[in-house]
Formats: sequence, structure tokens, C-alpha cells
Amino acid sequence: MIPELGHFSLIIGLAFALCLSIVPLIGVAQNNHQLINSAKPLSFGLFFFVAISIMLLAYSFTVDDFSVKYIAGHSNSLLPYYFKISAVWGGHEGSMLFWVFALTAWTLAVGLFSKQLEKEFVARVLAIMGMIAVGFILFTLLTSNPFERLLPNFPMEGRDLNPLLQDIGLIIHPPMLYMGYVGFSVAFAFAIAALMAGKMDAAWARWSRPWTVAAWSFLSVGIALGSWWAYYELGWGGWWFWDPVENVSFMPWLAGTALIHALAVTEQRNTFKHWTLLLAILTFSLNLLGAFLVRSGVITSVHSFAVDPGRGMYLLVLLAIAVGGSLTLYALRSSKVSSPSRFTLYSRENVILIAMSILVTATVTILLGTLYPLIIDAMGMGKISVGAPYFNAVFIPMMITLFIFMGIGPLIRWKKARKGELSKHLNKISIVSVLFGAAWPFFFAGEFNLMVFVGMTLGCWIFLAVLKDVFNHAKQADGRLKFSVVPLNHIGAAIAHAGIAVTVIGVTMVSSYEKEINVKMAPGETINISGYTIEYAGTKNVLGPNYSAIQGQMNVSLDGEFITLLKPEQRTYKVQSMGMTEAGIHTTLWRDIYIALGDPLGGNTWSMRIYYKPFIVWIWLGAFFMAIGGFLAILSKRYRKRVLINQQAIDQTNPVILQEA
Amino acid sequence: MKSIIRFIPLILFFLLGILLYRGLFLNPQAMPSAMIGKPLPNFELPILKSLEQRVGRDDLKGSIVLLNVWATWCVQCKYEHPYLLEIARDPRIKLYGLNFTDDRNAALRWLKQYQDPYVFSIFDEQGALGLDIGVFGAPETFVIDHTGIIRKRFAGPINDKIWQKDFLPLIEIIEAEIVQGAS
Amino acid sequence: MQNLILSKISILQRFVRFVVSTMLLSILWLSSVSASPVDTFEFKDEATKLRFQTLSKELRCPKCQNQNLADSNSKIAVDLRKNLYNLLQEGMSDQEIIDFMVYRYGDFVLYRPPLKKQTYVLWFGPLIVLLGFIASLVFVLRKRSKARAGDINLSNDEQANLHDILNKK
Repeated sequence: MIPELGHFSLIIGLAFALCLSIVPLIGVAQNNHQLINSAKPLSFGLFFFVAISIMLLAYSFTVDDFSVKYIAGHSNSLLPYYFKISAVWGGHEGSMLFWVFALTAWTLAVGLFSKQLEKEFVARVLAIMGMIAVGFILFTLLTSNPFERLLPNFPMEGRDLNPLLQDIGLIIHPPMLYMGYVGFSVAFAFAIAALMAGKMDAAWARWSRPWTVAAWSFLSVGIALGSWWAYYELGWGGWWFWDPVENVSFMPWLAGTALIHALAVTEQRNTFKHWTLLLAILTFSLNLLGAFLVRSGVITSVHSFAVDPGRGMYLLVLLAIAVGGSLTLYALRSSKVSSPSRFTLYSRENVILIAMSILVTATVTILLGTLYPLIIDAMGMGKISVGAPYFNAVFIPMMITLFIFMGIGPLIRWKKARKGELSKHLNKISIVSVLFGAAWPFFFAGEFNLMVFVGMTLGCWIFLAVLKDVFNHAKQADGRLKFSVVPLNHIGAAIAHAGIAVTVIGVTMVSSYEKEINVKMAPGETINISGYTIEYAGTKNVLGPNYSAIQGQMNVSLDGEFITLLKPEQRTYKVQSMGMTEAGIHTTLWRDIYIALGDPLGGNTWSMRIYYKPFIVWIWLGAFFMAIGGFLAILSKRYRKRVLINQQAIDQTNPVILQEA
Repeated sequence: MKSIIRFIPLILFFLLGILLYRGLFLNPQAMPSAMIGKPLPNFELPILKSLEQRVGRDDLKGSIVLLNVWATWCVQCKYEHPYLLEIARDPRIKLYGLNFTDDRNAALRWLKQYQDPYVFSIFDEQGALGLDIGVFGAPETFVIDHTGIIRKRFAGPINDKIWQKDFLPLIEIIEAEIVQGAS
Repeated sequence: MQNLILSKISILQRFVRFVVSTMLLSILWLSSVSASPVDTFEFKDEATKLRFQTLSKELRCPKCQNQNLADSNSKIAVDLRKNLYNLLQEGMSDQEIIDFMVYRYGDFVLYRPPLKKQTYVLWFGPLIVLLGFIASLVFVLRKRSKARAGDINLSNDEQANLHDILNKK
């Protein structure tokens, strides 16, 4: 009964979504205020019923209702309760329901926090989000219903959640990722609403910015968590594999990063509007494309969902309607959007333009690399593979160029750089960065290393540039520093940029200086890796709630001083009788020691893989800085102040910053 | 001019859509062999039943050869086995086995228990020949023509439907070629 | 040793059978992998070890979903890693090893696609896109500065706007 209620609740949600996508638009067309005002209550209703639906699914998980096909396939009575709940998004059907839930949550949020916006505009935005909801609720109901029953013969016990997913990383990684993916639908809806209305001004950009930054921050955390999870859970010690599934999350992140910057310029300079519109459409389209690629089986990936051509076809139709429709709208209506620009070669506008160009090129490159095997196959030219060596070869030079401009961006003036001023700002920090980058490899490894030099110089350069920028803003006329005057969104941007610097340093260090040892070890044997001594003391048998494991006992010491006992495990999960490696990791800010058990070689001797990974935690730390920066920026007062909406007051030819009431 | 530029994103997306649509009907897992059209590489290996008797490429020449890669660790080989016994009766072809990275005693037991369809099985304990002809796993079946060229590789168990659809037409083509070559 | 391999294979087989029999592979993330492979090869020198690590990461396991030789535990990957080790110990160069693999398994085994007619777009596409952006940027900036240098006249829109503003005042 409960699953049917959940199913029914989702159907009611669909009805709300249908009304939401039609009624407010009729209201706008007929200038009927009652209909326009219906958008908010409809979006509340949509959220409410979808929320009930997903809660009922979670409830069915916790009471082990294995008559539900999805639960029978992804849970087990022995599974701890928190994994039963996270199993809601552990498979295709449930994750689609979560996708829909996240979408309605964003819709609700837009409805709640849009008091300062024009009513017609909010009605349009909510209606567009309603349309997206219709598409995805229908998809869930028609092709991927998580409430489907296995009646009358249902199993007494579930087949268990994939052991790899029984992990804290998988409790929080997908929700963050989906919140990010879906969050960009707000920016998309804003863009489409602007095209429908035929007007797009600085106020529009100001409303749109916090939503976009929020989605971007969620996506940053989501991607970082996924990378971290892969690192500690898969036992290969890698943190990025350029697998299609990773690529489809990275593309919207890159495009979204470009979008944030385009929006900033649109708000502050009233230009770059076409960039903003197209990037908003592009970012959201890439999310839809990602869903298609991952869930249709068109592309081979290690992380694959159920492959079902019916689903692929449905998603392709959805993609065609959403993206085709919005691009048609753009082609027909964008001429109404005037985007006056009057900046010179040496200006912040131009630096951002270059940065956006590189980001879009990087996005296109990853798309090309991900789809190229498909292109070749579709043209009947055989089978090829495109993997990490290709992506590294083309992506790294692009990022190096981007990071150079990242240091200039915050320090250059809008419109036209003053002669001498820019070089005055940049001279010192560029010299310091180069010296730091050149000295670092000698300090760390005793010899020069080109990649480390480049990476550390750029990391330092990006960091010093934002630091200098914050100091410049904090500097008072009398020469004292007063940081409270620096606006929060400015500090947020600085922290996010610093986050990039942190990640760059982490990536540089771990790629250049990591050490890997594959070794056969008998109890009592020791091995040295980068100064650390690792002693294998033997194994223990341990029991988990739904698995048994052999646990290696590894004493790690440095210069004779004991540091930690690492316990890598080889687990066997009872239900799926699947073996799994659980690495033993000791993390500090400066390095990880990572041990994974390989195969038993008899007599308690094991093959083992031992890594020394300097600075690896910086990679994810940087991503968290980016997210923190993003969330701080959203808290900025400028986004909460009521903006006077008086179209006549906005003079298109004269980029005025709007008056704040 | 400007209005045409605004249609460019739409056009690009349209092209992408066509590609994705095509992609729905392709199988990314289907993997053609790189060895098609290449001669069977030379080798020198013992046969399974007698380690003293060593065979090479020339022992497989002269007629249409089916080389079936099998092993006792391969589950699907067991499904395929009864059908191989049937194929072996076809006078047009000669069926040879390639016992791939297997335990010899287990393999001999297998042949005793399920009957032996092969003219002989090459015993490739190290997987050397298997690697040389680009074997992914077992079962796999190669068709080698009378001149020693690899014409086809089929991965997975053979059954009647696959035999009719994938193998017979090719065998007929090669037969025609043999006749042509003779005349 | 043989038993060990067999028991491992039977676990794998059971897993495969489980997948096939249910036909319900709605498992998010990594259906095909379980444990990380560890080989304990002894190399003749440090350089060979590094070449092994690089090559096993650049070569694709031909039968896997999307994994390189280094990360895959499948039988074919284990065999190919052993083979790669032997070829390296025999003193083959990287290019010879790549040619060896491509001859048998096709371009598919290379994660770094070779530069040839089919891959021109892949390798040069990104550069062309970037150059396209730069070219249009330069074009726009030049047009703008020329327009500014040529006459200080406002565009029609701007003229109209200016007119409005003046009239209002």
C-alpha cells in the first residue's frame, strides 16, 4: 500500500507540474494576475507531493519491503539503516526520483526567495521549471518507476546494495551532484524567461547570479566527493580517471564556471549578454546530455547504469525538446537583447572573455573526446578509445593558459587598464611566483622538475593575485587595512580562486612526486617508501554487519617513530559474495600513505600496493574552498536588497549599476 | 548575417542529436577483431593429448578451419560444447581446439566427460598463441580459410541460430573461392 | 596456485551469472570491478618499472567496460600485463610494444589515439576552436577601434536613446 501511495503521490506531483507549466504562462499572456499568482502555490504543491513520494520510498526501504522491485534489487535486511536510506539514490530508478525531488526543491526555493522580483518574471521562471519537472516525472513514471512491484512472487530477501556503494562517500556524493546538476535549471529557466520576455538587464543578472553560484558550489562539492570516493574506495589510488561519467559531470562545471563569470560581467557592465544566455543554455544542456550518456548505454563506462534503449530514446527526445526548443528561441528572439560593449584590449572584460573562451574550448574538448569513439563508430570507421593520455595532453596546456589569465583578471580595471597600474600590480607577484615555483622542486625533491615549476608558479600566482586584490580593496585612504569594507561576494570570489590555487598545487605535487610500490610481504617484513617504514605485522579476521574481512596490520613509522597502524581490508560481502578492497589510508595535510591488499599468496603472505601521495588532500580541499567561496558570495547583502524594478530607469546605452533601495 | 549566426548553436545541436540518435543503435561493446584479413601467425605448440606431438601453422592449412578457443574455467564453453559436437560433423570444415591458459588434467577430463569434437586441441598453457590472435577470453571461434587467412572471429558461445546466420554464409563464400582458385 | 586462480574465477563467474540471470544491472557505479589488482613483478631496473606503469595505464583492457590494464582484474588484463612485462624484460621499445598490441587488438587498445586521418578532428579540433575564439575576438576589437577612430558618431540605437534622454530633459 505504501509504495502505491508513493507512486500515486508522484502522479499528483506530475499533475501539479503540468498545471505549473501552463497556467502561469496563460496568466502572463492574458495579464491575468490571479493566474500569474498561481505559480507559487503550484510549485509548493509540486514539491510537497514529490517529497512525499521520495519519503515513502525511503520508508519502504527502511521496512525492507522486498515486494518492490527496486528495493529488492538494492537493499537487504542486513544493510545498516543509513545505507538503506542512501540506497534510495543507489540505482537508476531511485536516483531519477531524487533528481526530480532536487528539481522541485529548487523550484520551491525560487518560489520562496523571489519576493523582490517582478511577478510575471517569476511566473515564467517557475513555469519553465515546471516543464522540466513534467519531462522528468514522466520519464520516471514511464520508464523507470521505482515503485514497481514484484507480485505475487516476491523474494524474502533483497539482493543487497552494491558493496562499493556502502560507503559514506556515496551517502552524500550523489545528492550534492544532483543538486548541482539540477540547480543549473534555475539559470536555464531565467535565461529562457528573459528570451520569452525579450528583455534582459543588469537586474536580471543580479537575480540570476546567486542561483547559478549556488548550483556551481553544489556541483563542485559533488565532483570533489566523487573523486575522493573513487580514491579511497576503488583501491587504485587514482583520483580522476577521465571516464565518461566523470567527464559528463566536469563539462557542466566548466561551462558553469564560464557562466558565473559571464553573469558577473552582465550584472556589473551590462554586456556579454549573449554569452550569458548561451552559457546558461549550454550548462543545463550538458546536464541533460550527461543524463542521456550515462543512462542510455551509448557510451562505455566503468560506472554504468542499467542499459535500456527505451530510456535512451525518451531522454533523447527530452533533450531535443529542451535544448532544441531553447536554442530555437535563442535564434529567434535574441536579437532583442542588445549587448553594448565598449571595452579595450587591456581591460577586465577582455581577460574574462579570454578565460570564458578557454573554458568553453575545454568543455568542447572534453565533449569531443568523450563522444569521439561514438563518432568514429557511427561513421563505420572502426573502434577507438580516448582516455586519460589524450585528455591530459590537450587539457593541461589549456589550463596553464587559463591560470595565467586568472592571475590578471582580479587586478585589471574594467573597461580600460590604466597605463603602468597593471604592471605595478603584477610585477611583484609574478617575480615572487616564479622564484617560488623555481625554488620549490629543489626544496622538496632536491632537483629541478619542469611540471612542478609550472604548477607551483601558477598556484602561487593565482593565490597572490586574489590576495593582492583583497588587500587593494581593504586599503583605506589613510593606508590602514579594513577588511570589513570588502564586500562578501568579493571575498567569496577570492576564496574560490584561492581554492583553484590549492587544487592546482595538489594536482601538481601528487602527479609529479607520488610513489607506488607493488610488493609481496610476509609477516614481519618491512618496506621503505619515501622515508617511511612500513611493517607488515600479520592479518586479523574481522566481521562487519554484512561482510567478513581479512584485515592487514601495517605499522607505519618515520625515522623510527611510530605514526599509525593502518588496516587495509579484503572484504567479502555475504549477499553478493563479492570481494572488495578497503584501503588503509593515513592522511595529513602534506601526504597520504595508502595501502591496499592485493592477493593472498599463502602462509599469510600478501601482495600489496603501497602509495605515498604528497599533497593529495589539497585537490579536494581546493574544491571545498571553491564551494565555501560560492556560498559566501551568495550571502552577500547585494543579492538580498530589494531592487527597484523600473525598466525606464535602466538606460541600455549607459551601463549603470542599479540603485539599491 | 547576424541572424544566421544566431542559428549556429541550433545547427550544431542538431548535428549532435543525429549522432546521439545513431549511437542508440550501435553497440559499444561489439568488438571486431583486429586480426581479420591477417594470416594466422606461426606457432609451435604441443597438442593437448600428447605433449610430445608439436604442431604449427601448416598443420591447420588446406581446408576451411574453425579454431575454437576453450578452457575448463569458461562457463559458456560448457553451453557451447554440445553444439560443437554437431558442427564437427560438417564435412566442409575442420574444427580444431585451442585450449587456452588451462590446466591440462582438467582439460583432458573435460574432453573425456563431454566428448571431443576437435581434430585436435592445441595446448596453449601460457596463452602465447591466444595473445597472438588477439583473444579476449573464451569461448571464441575463428574462421581461417584455405590460404591461412583469418576471416572471422566470433566471441561467445555458438548456437544453431548464430551458426546459420554468421558462419554458414562465410563458409559458402570461401568454398566458392576454393572452386574459383582451382579452376 | 591453480586452485587459487580457479576459486577467483569462480567468484567472478558467479558474479557474472548473477548479473546475467537477473538482467537487472541497475547498479550505479562500477558493475564490473571488485578488487584492485596487484602484481609483484621484479623489474630489471627502475626505468623499466616506470615504463611498465606508464604503458599499463595507456593501454586499454580490450574486454573491459572502460579500464586500463593497470586497473583491471579481468583475466585478459592479467594476461596482458604479464605479457607486457615479458616484452619489456625482453628489451622491446615502447613503440614496438604499442605496435605489437595494435597488431593484435587494433587501435582500440590505445587510450592515446594515434594521429591519423580519422583522428585529425580529435587532435586538432580543440586548437581550431580556440583559434576561432581568438580570431573573432580580434575581429570584434579591431572593428570597434576602427569604428571609434573613424567617426565619433553613435550607432542608430544609441542615437535614438540619446535623443530620448535629451527630449525628456
